[in-house]
Amino acid sequence: MKNSLINQSFENAKKENRPALLTFTVAGDNTKKKSLEILKSISDYADICEVGFPHNTPIADGGQIQTSAYRAIKNGIKINDVFSIVRNFKRSKKDKPVILMGYYNMVYQYNENKFISQCKKSKVDGLIIVDLPYPENKIFAAKCKKNNINFIQLISPTTSKLRLKKIINDSHDMIYYISMLSTTGGKLKVSAKEIITQYQIIKNHNKSKNVVIGFGITEKTIKSLKKADGLVVGSAICKEITRSIKKRQNTVTNVINLVKRLKNKIK
Amino acid sequence: MKLKKGIPLIDQHDKHGFWGGKFGGSYIPETLKKPIEDLTNEFQKLRKNKKFLKKKDFYFKNYVGSPTNFIKLENLSNYLDGAQIWAKVVSEANGGAHKIYNATVHALICKAMGKKYIIGDTGAGYAGKMLSMAAKKFGLRCKIFMGAKDIKRQKPNCDAMRRNGAEIVPVYSGSQTLVDAVSECMRYWVSNCDNTHMCVGSTVGPNIFVKICGWSTAQISKELKAQLKEKFKKIPKKLKLINCVGGGSSAYGFWSEFIDFNKKHIELIGVEAGGPKKSLLHAAPLSRNAKIGILHGAASYVCQNSEGQIHETESISAGLDYPGVSPIHCFLKDTKRARYTYATDEEALNAYQLVTRFEKLNPSLEPSHAFAEAIKIAPKLSKDTIIIVNSCGDAKKDRDILKERLVRN
Repeated sequence: MKNSLINQSFENAKKENRPALLTFTVAGDNTKKKSLEILKSISDYADICEVGFPHNTPIADGGQIQTSAYRAIKNGIKINDVFSIVRNFKRSKKDKPVILMGYYNMVYQYNENKFISQCKKSKVDGLIIVDLPYPENKIFAAKCKKNNINFIQLISPTTSKLRLKKIINDSHDMIYYISMLSTTGGKLKVSAKEIITQYQIIKNHNKSKNVVIGFGITEKTIKSLKKADGLVVGSAICKEITRSIKKRQNTVTNVINLVKRLKNKIK
Repeated sequence: MKLKKGIPLIDQHDKHGFWGGKFGGSYIPETLKKPIEDLTNEFQKLRKNKKFLKKKDFYFKNYVGSPTNFIKLENLSNYLDGAQIWAKVVSEANGGAHKIYNATVHALICKAMGKKYIIGDTGAGYAGKMLSMAAKKFGLRCKIFMGAKDIKRQKPNCDAMRRNGAEIVPVYSGSQTLVDAVSECMRYWVSNCDNTHMCVGSTVGPNIFVKICGWSTAQISKELKAQLKEKFKKIPKKLKLINCVGGGSSAYGFWSEFIDFNKKHIELIGVEAGGPKKSLLHAAPLSRNAKIGILHGAASYVCQNSEGQIHETESISAGLDYPGVSPIHCFLKDTKRARYTYATDEEALNAYQLVTRFEKLNPSLEPSHAFAEAIKIAPKLSKDTIIIVNSCGDAKKDRDILKERLVRN
């Protein structure tokens, strides 16, 4: 997928000599309208926007993202609403790549083929399915590729050498490295040096793949991982939304400010 | 979709871990791939290792207290005046329920893998209590994840866990019951899988956990097979094995030796939790036609909405209060080898009262669901029909609920 928006945004960041900033927010958090507003405004600073499908049994997510997901579900978000949020977003930001992230049961209930065709219609650029690992994801990943959608493979500190090689070979434009053994939003318990060493091992296998690091990335830790092709911030943003709601402050303004601060740290 | 004969059901899956091509599998985050692969390899080795098997048998006999009794419920049978009702009193096992088999095996595996920490989920508190017992016995540090609602309603088992030195981690997310406890336990494992072993409390979860649990509880039917031959000289001609089904660990254990028999000879009946009579909520994905979905790493029939969000469940029995069910029960359902039905809260309570009125038996609310079905069908059946109920748990843990509900009625 040579000319994919995802590839382009990594190239753009590289030209500016910085990692790409990837943000994660949950669709429908806390309302459909609000989440679209947040998405539009942070995309001025983020290079790639990850948008989560809220699920009520998320086995790999920590407290912050769970809270956002429960909030969105409570407010009545449906799968089709998630697609309509993306479609809406893409109407005004057609060059900003969007990666949808979710659990396989939602794809399964919606129907794989229907799901992919909806992604295509909504101009989704990539998909992360948390609980559909390699090699179980082979068929689905191939279907995505055929439809010009990046299926994003995950690699973790527990991934064995042999597996690593196979996953990289099967990956598309982007690979997601999970920084540590943790659910999302955990405190970074591994040193930046160790994470970068692991990151480098992945890079050395195939320099053409864009490798991003996620999990445990906050205002405090982001600078130390600047060397990566991209960095994902999710829980910190969800936390900011929760905080703003509690304090009855403007969520959109607070989240933009956070994303600006994050961006400044890696410039 | 077809069952094979002569191969344990737990081994009748394809190379991706699916039974019948669509139930089970391992839908897990990348981080858990390696620990699950390690566990799979270790279990493959251990189940062929004579020393390990000897150890397991030793502890089953001297620690769990195998075999548990197989008795005729003479008074209840006379009262119902139909089929004979028998009980396999698995609640006699150390700790008061079948969960001890799985817990003991997991503790032994944890030791063999050189891990010092063991974690587990629990609904009724039995899986947690037994894991805490086994952990104490084998010198492991133990954490139990339990829904906040269940902690309140199953206090006696929580007290036991604490006495055994386990830490109970209350789970406040979602419905605060078993489903949330399993999710939180898996999350903890994702974060600590380098030094911690996870025990899934039933025949649910990623493929390997279904296998380990089924392999452990299969002890029940091995005992029963021998006891049947002892009491009846041979396996009776008309036999019905009734078991409650939440995740399905006791039911699989109770049936595993009998799956190869013709269903007209040995009928397998699973009883799910129908919930309160007047409520729309239940925990009966098999008997109330839920759709297939993915929950906790496996595909099975799951109570969910059309969007794939998992439904809240409701049951008086914390041990059955789970929206999913074992993939092997889904397989048994679709191959029509087993029949699944449900009993409501009220039917289970009535069954409990009837059984305790006539017999010196104190079945917990989970097997009371199975007794409800036995009581329902027995009067219509011939006297040479043998119904056996797996009385897989003791009602001590239900003290508070029974007091409240039975006074009110």
